Amino acid sequence: MAARIEVKHVHRRFGNKTVLHDISMDVGESEIFGLLGPSGSGKTTLVKLIAGMDRPSSGTVVVEGVQMPRLDMLGRIGYMAQSDALYLELTARENLAFFASLFGLAGKEKRLRMEEVMSLVNLTDAMNRLVSAYSGGMKRRLSLAIALLHRPKVLLLDEPTVGIDPVLRMSIWRELRAMCQDGTTIVVTTHVMDEAEKCDRLGMIRDGRLIATGTPADLKRDTEASTIEEAFLAYGGVRA
Amino acid sequence: MRIVAVMNRIWRQFLHDKRTLALMLIAPLLILTLVALVFNGNTYKPKIGTVHLPDPIVQSLATTNVKLYAYDSTANALDAMKKQRIDAYIALSDGRPEIMLEGSDPTINKAVLLDMQSLSQEISGESQSLRPIVKYLYGSPTMTSFDSFGPVLIGFFAFFFVFLVSGISFLKERTTGTLERLLATPIRRWEIVTGYVGGFGVFTMVQAILIAWYSVDVLGMMMVGQMLSLLVVTLLLSMTALTLGIFLSSFATSEFQMMQFIPLVIVPQVFFSGLFNIDTMATWLRWLSKVMPLYYGADAMRNIMVRGEDLGAIWLDLVVLLGFSAAFVLLNVLTLRKYRKV
Repeated sequence: MAARIEVKHVHRRFGNKTVLHDISMDVGESEIFGLLGPSGSGKTTLVKLIAGMDRPSSGTVVVEGVQMPRLDMLGRIGYMAQSDALYLELTARENLAFFASLFGLAGKEKRLRMEEVMSLVNLTDAMNRLVSAYSGGMKRRLSLAIALLHRPKVLLLDEPTVGIDPVLRMSIWRELRAMCQDGTTIVVTTHVMDEAEKCDRLGMIRDGRLIATGTPADLKRDTEASTIEEAFLAYGGVRA
Repeated sequence: MRIVAVMNRIWRQFLHDKRTLALMLIAPLLILTLVALVFNGNTYKPKIGTVHLPDPIVQSLATTNVKLYAYDSTANALDAMKKQRIDAYIALSDGRPEIMLEGSDPTINKAVLLDMQSLSQEISGESQSLRPIVKYLYGSPTMTSFDSFGPVLIGFFAFFFVFLVSGISFLKERTTGTLERLLATPIRRWEIVTGYVGGFGVFTMVQAILIAWYSVDVLGMMMVGQMLSLLVVTLLLSMTALTLGIFLSSFATSEFQMMQFIPLVIVPQVFFSGLFNIDTMATWLRWLSKVMPLYYGADAMRNIMVRGEDLGAIWLDLVVLLGFSAAFVLLNVLTLRKYRKV
């Protein structure tokens, strides 16, 4: 399986504070890779490096064989940040149309894609409503829909299911799985342990270091843990 | 076209946000109307008391622009003045007229003295041939102070409201995370800045036309130059305000901090924009005015509206304003690097 994302010996420093220490990892095609770690561990910084918005202090990030950051690669990556990042004074349709245009979609294709992603996140009925009238969960879903507009080959989701109810969370994961089977590479950050179980492989991050990678089953077996949470603690040097 | 997408989005935001729209379009008109009402009022008629003045003097006094009140003693006149019923009184002391002024308002003092001066000229019977003929190169005897600082006000409102609204909307883009999301798309940094300039540009054009039309045609502000020149200057001034607002918004973390730029950036410019005479200021202060966009904008406005100059005569002002905008655009593109490295 060819690696679609290759991270090699990446360090990221802000001033004299090192946020990421020597991170190396690969994510293949048709894989859901989960980045698991407490808040402040450096997950978002790593995702931004893969998204091509930031430059590593040392080391390389390669996506689809192209070294990042590269402007022309941004159109092939879908990025959903932790904040919803929506224009509250606009309707959902206007938000979608704006971002679709930025990704170069136009005409019939643009309209079609807008309908598609909205039905994917179950918001078709709320298409013409102002986003300021949306609930927290609806905003999160709209944010996800925008990240999917341009059918990215690489999808980076920073805490995608925060504030979304269990039923909808399940349906979103079903969609992610379906996209993954169609050949999309997905990187998800989370600090929710039961969500981590749904990923193909996991990377555990603590204090800017990747302390373990592997399938959820492997990680549990290696540490003789019954849950991912116990495994995480074990790798962090704490025995439950 | 990504620039068009950004422009289109800004217009839609404006159309959804009726209150901000009203602030940009109606507020300047409202304030200009108030200023016009305050400064275009009739000239003040001094209230003057007379104490035992000979009839001929009283008669010629009555022909001047004053209201007369007769008193039978200086004590009574003084009493009336203390109660602020009159501004001055005239009495004869040893055969010479003596004027007593209330004195607390310099404007009224001047008005009274001016009236008395013309009166004394008439009485002493200076020959008509010695009286100078007064001509005006610019302006006219009927020009009011509103005509003189109106052009500055037009420039100021264009500058102030565009600065505030554009700065805050870009700040919001940063604080809500939409800027980051924008930068996660293949849009180029200069395309964002250009989109903003374009989006607000069309909008400020509408604002400029409205303010200029209202000032000239409704409020009757003096306007001897061409409307088109006036619009060009307003637009350039707005561009400077827009790019400066966006630039300064990157140094603010909240709307409140953006407001704090008003006393720092906007208010000082008012003092150097020609509302007050710059030539009487200290040399180093005069140099300060050279770095203020509003100084150039107001100078250009006044040259067009009062002196009737065309664009060729104020080219330096236009070039400087363009230079300011270009510099701020460049700074904006550079500061955006902070959020995305490519």
